[in-house]
Amino acid sequence: MREALDPWPFVIAAYALGVGATLALAAWSWLAMRRAEKRREEAKAK
Amino acid sequence: MHAFANPTRFLRIARPLTPALLLSGLAITAVALVYGLLYAPAERLQGETVRILFVHVPAAWLGMAGWSAIAVASLVELVWRHPLAAVAARGSAVPGAVFAALCLASGALWGRPAWGTYWVWDGRLTSMLVLLFLYLGYLALAGAVQREGGSSRIPAIFGLVGAINIPIIHYSVIWWNSLHQPPSLGWSGSSMAGPFLWGLLAATLGFSLIFAGVVLARMRALLADIQADARLRRRAMEA
Repeated sequence: MREALDPWPFVIAAYALGVGATLALAAWSWLAMRRAEKRREEAKAK
Repeated sequence: MHAFANPTRFLRIARPLTPALLLSGLAITAVALVYGLLYAPAERLQGETVRILFVHVPAAWLGMAGWSAIAVASLVELVWRHPLAAVAARGSAVPGAVFAALCLASGALWGRPAWGTYWVWDGRLTSMLVLLFLYLGYLALAGAVQREGGSSRIPAIFGLVGAINIPIIHYSVIWWNSLHQPPSLGWSGSSMAGPFLWGLLAATLGFSLIFAGVVLARMRALLADIQADARLRRRAMEA
């Protein structure tokens, strides 16, 4: 009979992927927004 | 709704709302995931792998919610030609694509210990993969329209036509034989035990708040870019 896989590496990988992707998405979107709004203010000031 | 489609009014609401949604979403998600990883009980049949539920299900819901938002915004743009509708649709595309990809990846990581395989070409998995490709197509199309100056109605039509995939994803496990389990959570109730249900609802709420915050941040970035470009163009014409 085949031995069952240890589930923990799969659970940890799924959580790491979920947390990493979500934090990266939030940080990227926030920084892109700040950059774009700064560019608008600079264009307004010119 | 028409009143909120005014970009100035939208920005007045979105400025305080964006950090509030992101911070509350991050806090709720952190609590839900710590619960899911450390305190939720193992399930009788699936054992510890059931913990992936707290990442996989919110990701699936948001992958589909993102395209639903694109479809509604596209309809509003095509029918009422609101200036904010195209921005809302584009703002939903990247987070929707990220969560659709996260759903597929976490599903594969769940599938290997539960089914013995990372992937099967069944209705649910294949239609979710189609959704990810639709997102990539939408982003490419919207990007090309912005660069080349084409009509924003083209991605709107694509967004509306692509919505046909959403009910296909939802009903795929009912219409066709699938390794994937049928829905255990619906409007009429839940077949899940309390410790899983409440943790899942908290994780879904947390991820949804982050999703909403990200959409607002991306809409603000798109609006700021449009306004900066318009101002610079006007200056160049005056000079």
